[in-house]
Amino acid sequence: MLSQNIRFAVFGNLSFSALPFYSVIATIAASMVVLGAIACIVVITRAKAWTYLWKEWFTSVDHKRVGIMYVIVALIMLLRAAIEAILMRVHQATAFQQQGILPPEHFAQLFTTHGTIMIFFMAMPFLIGLFNLIMPLQIGARDVSFPVMNSVSLGMTIGGSVLMMISLVLGKFSTGGWSGYPPYTELAFSNDMGVDYWIWALTLSSLSTTMTGINFAATIYKKRCEGMTLMAMPLFTWTCLCTSILMIFAMPAITLATALLALDRYADMHFFTNGMGGNMMNYINMFWLFGHPEVYILVLPAFGVFSETIATFSGKTLYGYTSLIYATMVIAVLSFTVWLHHFFTMGQDANVNAIFGIATMLIGIPTGVKIYDWLLTMFRGEIRLTVPMLYAIGFMILFTIGGCAGIVLANPGVDYQVHNTLFLVAHFHNVIIPGTLFGMLSGYHYWFPKAFGFRLSETWGRRACLCWIAGFVLAFFPLYALGLLGMPRRTAEYFDPAYRPWTLIAAVGALIIAAALACLVIQLVVSIRDRAQQAVPIGDPWDGRTLEWSIAAPPPEYNFAVLPTVHGRDAFLDAKHDGSAYRAPEHYEDIVLPKNAAIGPVICVAGGAAGFALTWHIWWLAIVGVATMFAALIVRSFNRDTERVIPAAEVRETEEAWLRLAHSLPPRDRNAELSIENEGLATVAAE
Amino acid sequence: MSAQDAKERAHDARVYQVGLVLALVLSAVPFGAVALGLLPASGLLWMIAICAIVQILVHFRCFLHIDLSSNHRHDLQLILFSVCIVILMAGGTLWVIGNQRAMMM
Ligand code: HEM
Ligand SMILES: [Cu+2]
Repeated sequence: MLSQNIRFAVFGNLSFSALPFYSVIATIAASMVVLGAIACIVVITRAKAWTYLWKEWFTSVDHKRVGIMYVIVALIMLLRAAIEAILMRVHQATAFQQQGILPPEHFAQLFTTHGTIMIFFMAMPFLIGLFNLIMPLQIGARDVSFPVMNSVSLGMTIGGSVLMMISLVLGKFSTGGWSGYPPYTELAFSNDMGVDYWIWALTLSSLSTTMTGINFAATIYKKRCEGMTLMAMPLFTWTCLCTSILMIFAMPAITLATALLALDRYADMHFFTNGMGGNMMNYINMFWLFGHPEVYILVLPAFGVFSETIATFSGKTLYGYTSLIYATMVIAVLSFTVWLHHFFTMGQDANVNAIFGIATMLIGIPTGVKIYDWLLTMFRGEIRLTVPMLYAIGFMILFTIGGCAGIVLANPGVDYQVHNTLFLVAHFHNVIIPGTLFGMLSGYHYWFPKAFGFRLSETWGRRACLCWIAGFVLAFFPLYALGLLGMPRRTAEYFDPAYRPWTLIAAVGALIIAAALACLVIQLVVSIRDRAQQAVPIGDPWDGRTLEWSIAAPPPEYNFAVLPTVHGRDAFLDAKHDGSAYRAPEHYEDIVLPKNAAIGPVICVAGGAAGFALTWHIWWLAIVGVATMFAALIVRSFNRDTERVIPAAEVRETEEAWLRLAHSLPPRDRNAELSIENEGLATVAAE
Repeated sequence: MSAQDAKERAHDARVYQVGLVLALVLSAVPFGAVALGLLPASGLLWMIAICAIVQILVHFRCFLHIDLSSNHRHDLQLILFSVCIVILMAGGTLWVIGNQRAMMM
């Protein structure tokens, strides 16, 4: 008895039975996580790289480094969540009148982790990473408004991701889906650590994202360079502003909903329980008050990326700049007026449904405006079919189909029929993969040379893109049919032979998506191997139009030797035309930058530990974790030595070396941008 | 530090202290009232709601330094936008959840 108490005090509910031996595939996955972690540690230790990583990356508050780390997290989590998706597809293909390759319990965990990771730990870090990397460069700034908070946000996102990875090894994850609806997720029905993992991973992520939204919005309001009026900002920055505002208002709803659920589970309260005055529908209401703006948080950045890539690779000014901005703003505001379409079947009266149905359909209008703007940007342009452009074309066709399916679903009468079927799953993957994911991959290919100074392999990029498109079509179009046939989502086993052929086709599609992932990995490896040939040190490989292309690749840590002054949109293109690009400034000045800070990694570890401890009821560790977070914050606020200076002489040296190189290299035509002669200096094309 | 700076700092510190005290009081009152059962249930709800709204105003005034003077136009725009979104979210919630409740009666 006493020994048991001591064990509980030290380890909480954690014990050997937490190890995942309930399913062979779970055991393999856990081993892969552990071996992968050990391998990383060994490699880093062997290379004696810990100090380097700590000084140059973990404690860095440089927006470019923070952005790159966000994208790395996103790519790793993409691999995991996509593998889980492929497993689910293979499972459903084999689950006709038998169990299939997974036990049902494990299948339920997989759709929960897949959805949670894809949304919170893949898509969000990816878009936040790209914004971090590019937005300050596009507005001619040296960093974001709150660089240290930026690093703290990253720390909390990583803490949440690590919690997700630990849940593979110790215990089980929630089986309540990414939306975690009570009362199923209440203690009465989910009496283990799974839902708690989900709650704390989400809490870390949602707090981190709120802070990011504040940070980006402040940056765009306060740190634009001279002449960069709001109506001169590149479209990607505009989508960043609208996305940030959505984050600020939408994320608190999910933080609160999960916090109340946690109170139900930990403190015996009754916000969402069946009895005692609880109302589960209020959870669902709050979840979608966040959830619908969230889907626009996911897709607006992709619209921003495509607005940049389509203009660049069509060699034309973006068509309908103003209408694109108004469309973005209208979408952002309307996204707060439609959340009820996720629970048309709750039992409210038909007038309420009609109003929300119409509001939902209205969003199609500004979105349609955008599609026409992009088409007209391409019209009579000199289109180069590079990888980002291929993604853009795939996006325009497939996203339109997915959007139309959304308009169909917005009709409450139709929704009553297909609610909770695979028709819905088909619809949202049809907007989220061609929209968000293609957008992010397009931006990854487009801006990679800016971040690292060399281009990604075009051949492997094309292969990946084609596999994504083909795999997507095969994996998800059959789900429309399955949904109309009445197959519920989250089905672990089925008995209707009519479903059979469609699930088999979808599994083939999933395997092609696996090939797409392999191509992405190979692309990265091959490109790193050939980086010398692929190098674009001057920094403008695609004949770019906006400010981020006007500096070296990779950019110096201070970004701009002298903060630029602009006179309109497409600022760098104008500079190339009037000859003011690649000119040395009249004189150099000292540049003040923020010093590195350890608070980001400290909060990462402390927050992750607190989440883990709360999940397993290890109370001492929870207290230590939370107290450390607050202590770090307080200690940091007493630190007054937070800036460092890069002397003018050093800036001059860096800049002059780059300018000498730029003036010595021959510029190349943009039609030859894929050859190894591309060194990042473009000829000035007549427009 | 010049005398001017020192004065400003002292003033800022005062505003924060006042804010902190008000925030604590405005949290303690509803907690206390619930714990001691000072009012009937519906009265408690109203009191909590009012304390919450005053709490928001205190935060705006003392911590975010937002007031209605005209040199804070920018802030005011942001507040109006926020109010609009909050009305959509809170008002919308009351409407749809209330409607469902009525349908179930
Ligand atoms: C890589 C290709 C992908 C495949 C093959 C795939 C496959 C699947 C499958 C099989 C399910 C379960 C369907 C069911 O309920 O029966 C699912 C659910 C889901 N997926 Fe994906 N998916 C992919 C990419 C994505 C992406 C990129 C996102 C978001 C950014 C995403 C978000 C979700 C969400 C939110 C769910 C719902 C989970 C739940 O039911 O709670 N998926 N996906
Ligand atoms: Cu929605």
